[in-house]
Amino acid sequence: MQAIEIVHLEKTYSVGFWRKRPKRALHPLDLTVEEGEIFGFLGPNGAGKTTTLKLLMGLIFPTSGTARILGMELDDPRMKAQIGFLPEQPYFYDYLTARELLRYYGQLSGVDAQKLASKVDAVLERVGLRDAANLQLRKFSKGMLQRAGIAQAILHDPKVVFLDEPMSGLDPMGRREVRSLIEELKGEGKTVFFSTHILSDAEALCDRVAIIHLGQLRGVGAVEELTAGVSAQVEIVWGGTSVPAGIKALDADCHVAGDTVRAVLAEGKQDAALEVLRRERLRLISVTPVRMSLEDYFMTQLEGQAGTSVQAEAGEGARSHSVRSS
Amino acid sequence: MNSRILHIATNTFREAVRDRVLYNLIAFALLLTGAAVLVGQVSIDIEHLVVINLGLTAVSLFGLVIAIFIGIGLVSKEIEKRTLYTVLSRPVRRWEFIAGKFFGLSGTLVVNTFFMAIGVFAAMWYVSHPLHTADASVLVALYFIVLQFVIITALALFFSSFSSPLLSAVFTFSLFVIGTFAEDLRGFAMLTHGITRWLATGAAYVVPNFSALNVINQVAHGEGVARRLVVYNTAYAFVYTVTVIAGATLIFERRSLK
Repeated sequence: MQAIEIVHLEKTYSVGFWRKRPKRALHPLDLTVEEGEIFGFLGPNGAGKTTTLKLLMGLIFPTSGTARILGMELDDPRMKAQIGFLPEQPYFYDYLTARELLRYYGQLSGVDAQKLASKVDAVLERVGLRDAANLQLRKFSKGMLQRAGIAQAILHDPKVVFLDEPMSGLDPMGRREVRSLIEELKGEGKTVFFSTHILSDAEALCDRVAIIHLGQLRGVGAVEELTAGVSAQVEIVWGGTSVPAGIKALDADCHVAGDTVRAVLAEGKQDAALEVLRRERLRLISVTPVRMSLEDYFMTQLEGQAGTSVQAEAGEGARSHSVRSS
Repeated sequence: MNSRILHIATNTFREAVRDRVLYNLIAFALLLTGAAVLVGQVSIDIEHLVVINLGLTAVSLFGLVIAIFIGIGLVSKEIEKRTLYTVLSRPVRRWEFIAGKFFGLSGTLVVNTFFMAIGVFAAMWYVSHPLHTADASVLVALYFIVLQFVIITALALFFSSFSSPLLSAVFTFSLFVIGTFAEDLRGFAMLTHGITRWLATGAAYVVPNFSALNVINQVAHGEGVARRLVVYNTAYAFVYTVTVIAGATLIFERRSLK
């Protein structure tokens, strides 16, 4: 079964003094997330990630379109009992202690009163807040609040967990712990839908990702699928101290380091480059397809549709970027 | 009561306690103690009247300030701080949230009024003891004051469901002032003609009738309160509050939490 099914979901705000000017925050979005998947929802700030999550949580209402979670409507309380949500930069009732906060959320989620105390203790332990359980949240650091936020999202053992920028505010150690936690949730059979603009996290964790920019979906698929479709470069390494004119003519990006030369060029020019090396009697060391990273794909999607002037400026940057990543 | 409403109400009460709202009781106690001592020395034969008048007016004003200033933030603060996001993403319906908030603040005011009532009776006993059976009518006045608080809380919550805290405070306080003169407004309506009469009558019946709920003077003079008025005021406060809370819910159900 599909955990999340989004059909033509659209959100347009009315802006301006008289609220007559429409501003589309989310173009019609179609997306499905399978049960048990870790799904990354990627995009720069202001792309529409949080708008989509707010629509799914029923915090704002769509201009058109529908969505279903676990096959149920968005306003169905039975569905809401089976999801967990961590908002971006969460803020909680700061007069409560972490334990009281989780107890309150557990009560609202309908957790069995007999099991609530043990569940709260277990989740506090799981997110590393056991020692701060009786501390008021007003004394929490940003990272601790983020952990409390994750704790409230998973406390009631939901089937689908929505995390809006879960790594935000965490130090490297904390980020690693959250990554492990997300993997554990997948291991327990839960679906995790998380938004982020930290691409390395998505690349390391996600079964599939969607890229959104300016409210429009730019691509969906497994990371390998997305990056494989765009990668069309090879890296050729040979022994030598200079770059033959024939290689330079192929518009290759070359770097000389000691007695080896590394060139990155379009896949279609590979044969021509190898012919040049053979003719010059240079010792070939390796030929490797350049695997494009998710970041490269992401930048390609963003720059490719951001208008001609931006495209022209970004062209060089994008090219050198792909070389660096090789 | 629905358990989710109860949990939200309990949390609202806890917030008020932890934010030291009940500290107003200290100010109230000091005011009443000072007044009782002073009245005992300067008034002749009217100590009882002055203490009841002063005590009940103070109960009313202290509660009014709490009802307005906490009531206006009940929804808007939750939206502004985004604490509402993690509540409404759970199996909590929006009307349950509004009802929970309403009962939480009303409960806070009842507890607050209970302790202030003890203070009023203590001051009454201090200036002229023993207390008489007729003094029991002070309890009726206190009950009417609680009914006022309940209506004010509902109004503050209603305005808080769609406007800023500042505007909510202005609207609620304005309605309190107009409502205090509701009987005068009805009298004025009777004296006018044509469209003015329609408008004045409409306004007189839309604003809360706080003048009917104010029996402080009557009680201070030792006059009893008719049982019929107790029933009428209870029914009026119930219907008015339910209507206002229903309005708040209707608005909040459609509100996007940006």
